[in-house]
Amino acid sequence: MASKYSNLTFMGYRRENGRVGVRNHVIILPVDDISNAACEAVANNIKGTMALPHAYGRLQFGEDLDLHFRTMIGTGANPNVAAVVVIGIEPGWTKKIADGIASTGKPVAAFSIEQNGDLKTIMDASRAAKDFVHFASELQREECSVSELWVSTKCGESDTTTGLGSCPTVGNMYDKLLPEGIYGCFGETSEITGAEHICKARAINEEVGDRWYKMWEAYQNDVIFAHQTDDLSDSQPTKGNIEGGLTTIEEKALGNLEKIGRTSQYIDILEPAEQPRSGKGLYFMDSSSAAAECVTLMAAGGYVVHTFPTGQGNVVGNPIVPVIKITANPRTVRTMGEHVDVDVSGILRRDMTIDEAGDSLIDMIIRTSNGRSTAAEALGHREFSMTKLYRSA
Amino acid sequence: MTIPQLLVHDRKDNVGVVVVEGLAAGTKMLCVITHDNSSFELEANADVPIGHKVALTDIKSGETAIKYGEDIGKFVADVRKGDHVHTHNLKTKRW
Repeated sequence: MASKYSNLTFMGYRRENGRVGVRNHVIILPVDDISNAACEAVANNIKGTMALPHAYGRLQFGEDLDLHFRTMIGTGANPNVAAVVVIGIEPGWTKKIADGIASTGKPVAAFSIEQNGDLKTIMDASRAAKDFVHFASELQREECSVSELWVSTKCGESDTTTGLGSCPTVGNMYDKLLPEGIYGCFGETSEITGAEHICKARAINEEVGDRWYKMWEAYQNDVIFAHQTDDLSDSQPTKGNIEGGLTTIEEKALGNLEKIGRTSQYIDILEPAEQPRSGKGLYFMDSSSAAAECVTLMAAGGYVVHTFPTGQGNVVGNPIVPVIKITANPRTVRTMGEHVDVDVSGILRRDMTIDEAGDSLIDMIIRTSNGRSTAAEALGHREFSMTKLYRSA
Repeated sequence: MTIPQLLVHDRKDNVGVVVVEGLAAGTKMLCVITHDNSSFELEANADVPIGHKVALTDIKSGETAIKYGEDIGKFVADVRKGDHVHTHNLKTKRW
């Protein structure tokens, strides 16, 4: 049935594989830590490109290496990216990542440093990057349906106001836009602890709920309890959470889950950085609750806009995905308003309803998709943080 | 409408959240239950920062704190109606 949201459109970039992006980045992607310098040199040479330096990519193996490749390929494949230069120390893994990105049909060029050195690599890669800038800068935005958006969420520096205001605002947005056919994504596995019974029950059916519960339990056992040295009361909740009035993980989890609204149900579970394959709807991604890591993983999963409720004022951004900040905390609006895109503090004063707040977020999602810079983009937040599962060989 | 100083998620809750800055001890707070928009008055026994919780009833150590109508942990000290509730008197049951 058509709702007042059915006819919403935005001006996006339609990519070779049919997906729609809301940004038009040319990125210079290092395969490994020791290729960061060459990538940064290329990005410095060629204006309109961006290097994505990171700390990993050497001597990884097994599931951890799979995640590295998935994150690299997913980042390059994201529809917010027009074209990619990939640089690695050696050609094997470099080609694997370039080929993975190229399967979307977008322009990709790969360079490796061994037997060339940084200087020749930088020169060759800079020429390719320059061609890509010319290519990307001639692409035009076109009208796209709201149903083509992929919108992820994760909250940060939460406090009690996130559970009262900003998280229900995101939930209201999902309750309105998921029926229109968008893809949604939430995660933060360790942060569901205390509300796992509720999260399990929000699966589309029992089979998905059971799989979700097994995944959550594995995180508890293999990550939390396996490495636990104290009672985690300083980490989950964080110091910032506690300053903001959150006392226990149960309280934090219940506020967190407000992000999936009243009626939305998740249809499948994603590995970290995995792209959804079960069609439109809401997904749970097994992910860290650390802001930059989580947003990086969801961006690699193909999501093009991120909604980020915050209480105490997490300032995170992402290099390729606009991160929209929503807060209901009047003190945060007052003391760090430059980080806030959507002010829903009226919910606490009872002069704004959750329904109105959800509509204001939808409006900001459309404006952001049309090209409005988020606070995080304007302030230069480009946190690209890879998740690593265990020590390197 | 007057601006409330304390919001409570659910009728079953025994704690509420201060939603204004600079709340002073002795303030007779306007409290609103967001679930059904009903309201009541409660006096704060302490200065409580924005975002922090206040007990809605007298509660004994060992009892469960309820917020969102759900279990959010156990009290580790006796608290009186109107007291500040946080890490000094409430603890997770999970770790």
